[in-house]
Amino acid sequence: MIKEFTKGIIRENPLFIIVLGLCPALAVSTQVVNALGMGAGVIFVLLGSNICVSLLKDFIPEKVRIPSYIVIIASFVTIVELVMKAFTPGLYKNLGIFVSLIVVNCIILGRAEAFASKNPLLHSVLDALGMGIGFTLGLLLIAVIREIFGSGTITLFPIQAIGFDGTVKLGWLNEYPGKVWSYAAGALLVMGYLKAFFNWLQTRRRIPRESKGEVAHAPESEVKQVS
Amino acid sequence: MTYIGILITFVLIENFILTKFLGLCPFIGVSKKMDSAIGMGFAVIFVMSIASLVTWLVWNLLLVKLELNFLKTVTFILVIAALVQFVEMVIQKISPPLYKALGIYLPLITTNCAVLGVALIAVVDKKMNAIESFFAGFSAGAGFLLAILLMSSLREKYETEWIPKPFRGIPIAFVTAGLMALAFMAFDKALLKNLLGGG
Repeated sequence: MIKEFTKGIIRENPLFIIVLGLCPALAVSTQVVNALGMGAGVIFVLLGSNICVSLLKDFIPEKVRIPSYIVIIASFVTIVELVMKAFTPGLYKNLGIFVSLIVVNCIILGRAEAFASKNPLLHSVLDALGMGIGFTLGLLLIAVIREIFGSGTITLFPIQAIGFDGTVKLGWLNEYPGKVWSYAAGALLVMGYLKAFFNWLQTRRRIPRESKGEVAHAPESEVKQVS
Repeated sequence: MTYIGILITFVLIENFILTKFLGLCPFIGVSKKMDSAIGMGFAVIFVMSIASLVTWLVWNLLLVKLELNFLKTVTFILVIAALVQFVEMVIQKISPPLYKALGIYLPLITTNCAVLGVALIAVVDKKMNAIESFFAGFSAGAGFLLAILLMSSLREKYETEWIPKPFRGIPIAFVTAGLMALAFMAFDKALLKNLLGGG
């Protein structure tokens, strides 16, 4: 059962292996904090919709299942929208229409249709968590690469207690940033190179002497490759 | 904004795929073959034009009047899903050849974020009037068609070229799209100003 949870993180990573949910992934990945906010929203909606679909799977008629799933998903997206608007207005403004667009994120409908509608509650919850976390990690990876090379900063939440304004500046990278990475073009390029890297990893892993530990260090070696 | 301004903005300056990342899934998924790319492009133009008009009606005549603004995500996606279904049935009845050409792409369009995106941008954010919204939907669809046509003609060329193994398929498509986006950065607000004067 633990497999349902771990599969979404690397082996079936929604972004890099199944290649779903691209629009929000690329659009909001200019800053690390946006990626975190988006990831949290997606995890919440995915969890909520998987739970509801799994509980209601015996009551929803086969023919109207897709519209029913969409209504369930849209309700949770509206909750996220209202909560974000009320508590983190800055983040809500940064993400813009992409908060509403979580509703057409193919990962969520895809998991409802392919997994939650056929599996019991606990499995669906684990699946949603795994997929959501896998999506967030993928998003984070893209955002970290783009922000470091595009503007030489890492933007996180400001913490008043220790006088941290929320932005880490990275020396000369901040003075001479490679602006292209923060533009639209940079997102597509980063995504292309990362996908190629994951393809390469997959072909390597087929060779039996490769240990699993190699894969865990993927992000670090990736940063080197892109630079 | 004039109509020609809307057209230039949505096709070139704010091309949905290359600057806003809306509709990437079908863009990458269906751009392998020129024929299917053309079919998808026209289906998208068709649905986006009608969808932005219908969502304008729902938003201005229903949601704003009843002060139910927060329901926009739920209503818009339902309206679009129903509309796609309806369009599919009408085309099937009226013109079977067209249905054969567009048929398989129509259901996919429901989850195309560009359709919901243009409704949210034109109707809710920019507060356009009904005809402008319709035209914005059409223009954004035309921008999608332009991008997917360029992409599919490039990808057909790749089939005969040698590409490093990890890059084959999706990764090279992304890198190509990235370079196309770089080229499209040449179109900016200044272009609109020079063409139409003032701005």
